[in-house]
Amino acid sequence: MNAPLIDATSRPQVGRGFRLQWEAAQNAHVLLYPEGMIKLNGSAGEILKRCDGATTIADITADLERVFAASNLTDDVMRFVTMALEKKWLRIP
Amino acid sequence: MAENPVNVQAGSAPRPGPPLWLLLELTYRCPLHCAFCYNPTDFARTTAELDTDEWLRVLREARALGAVQLGLSGGEPLARDDLEPIVTEAHRLGFYTNLITSGVGLTEARLKALKQGGLDHIQLSFQDSTQKMNDFLSSTRTFDLKSKVAALIKQYDYPMVLNVVLHRLNIDHVEEILEMALKLGADYVELANTQYYGWAWHNREQLLPSLHQVRRAEQTMQRFRERVGRQMQIYFVVPDYFERRPKACMNGLGSIFLTIAPDGTALPCHAARMLPGLQFPNVRGASIREIWYDSASFNHFRGDEWMKEPCRSCPEKTRDFGGCRCQAYLLTGDAANADPVCDLSPHHHLVTEAVARADRPEPASPRPAAEEKPLVFRSPRNSSTLFP
Repeated sequence: MNAPLIDATSRPQVGRGFRLQWEAAQNAHVLLYPEGMIKLNGSAGEILKRCDGATTIADITADLERVFAASNLTDDVMRFVTMALEKKWLRIP
Repeated sequence: MAENPVNVQAGSAPRPGPPLWLLLELTYRCPLHCAFCYNPTDFARTTAELDTDEWLRVLREARALGAVQLGLSGGEPLARDDLEPIVTEAHRLGFYTNLITSGVGLTEARLKALKQGGLDHIQLSFQDSTQKMNDFLSSTRTFDLKSKVAALIKQYDYPMVLNVVLHRLNIDHVEEILEMALKLGADYVELANTQYYGWAWHNREQLLPSLHQVRRAEQTMQRFRERVGRQMQIYFVVPDYFERRPKACMNGLGSIFLTIAPDGTALPCHAARMLPGLQFPNVRGASIREIWYDSASFNHFRGDEWMKEPCRSCPEKTRDFGGCRCQAYLLTGDAANADPVCDLSPHHHLVTEAVARADRPEPASPRPAAEEKPLVFRSPRNSSTLFP
């Protein structure tokens, strides 16, 4: 089974069985899953915490570009979301 | 995982990071009587379980140290009627909560309350694919009930995670087990080969599969994996008796794992209570911070000062930490020896001899032949008989 096709209107959310939270002891966002923890780098954490199942990838990207005063993040966000879907960190509800 | 700076204490043990993984064995009570259970065979001696407030204090103290993964196990954790408040508080504190259950006692009302309390994950154990073998191996009648529970778990939108403990008497059914898992809609299946501690150690001669059985199961699993693809993920770990290097047990004792037994005894691994000469602290008499960082028993197997040869000078000691201390103790009588699974261990023959003994005709029926030692099922009565 391949990861579902996505575009700018897709609304990803954290995958079943995974939980995203800020972890003070690690000074990082972490993704928790059974018997494991992924310590996320800054940009991964910022993308994932916006994936609430209601916000589109386009809006997530626009928000990131605004907050971090950056431009042309579309490809980076799309690439990360594709990878995260593949790993089941994210799903399309 | 982040590396922590290593501070050297007054002793020689390096100061560890936080106990990231907390396992609460809430009770030794269990409706099943599995012959491969890793619980201690003398569990009937355990009397007073921690009460609700004591468990909640353990949760708060461990979380404050940085613990983040929580396993709720036993025995059967659903035998505790305060599982719901424990899960609710754990979730509020920010633990990832994982219920490890036989499913017996998981009614829809309880599952609903656990979901509302924030339970993240459920791991359901199955003993075999057929009712006959499942019920024989757990010495009870639970197969139909478990099938219902599996449906309930999906209904409440949890990933369906099945754990099946493999051994000599069911490893030839891997194909049927996987078919059953697929039918139940499992997302993940863990084919967990028996580890020989507790009751499983007591029954090792009856439970250890032959090399031929292990290889065949592996091939069957591989074919199945290719057939179903990513729809159902299958984990299969070759049992360590058939390996030549030991497992990095607990990532080294006292490095990330903390188990609290039903009576409040704090252990660096759920089987460690058997290790002689160590007085493990109890949460009734000490804080989690004192237990984790300061107690002699938790510091004992940190670092490599405790190691003997061939481990001490071995370049692989930072990878596998000499293997499992409990297995070293059970097989050689000295917990500081190399895990005999390692073919560099002078005791490795103890493992290869056990494997060689397993290379005998497989029983046609689950009932052992008359000349074989019978399986001893995990029960309070058998525990009291073994340890009067």
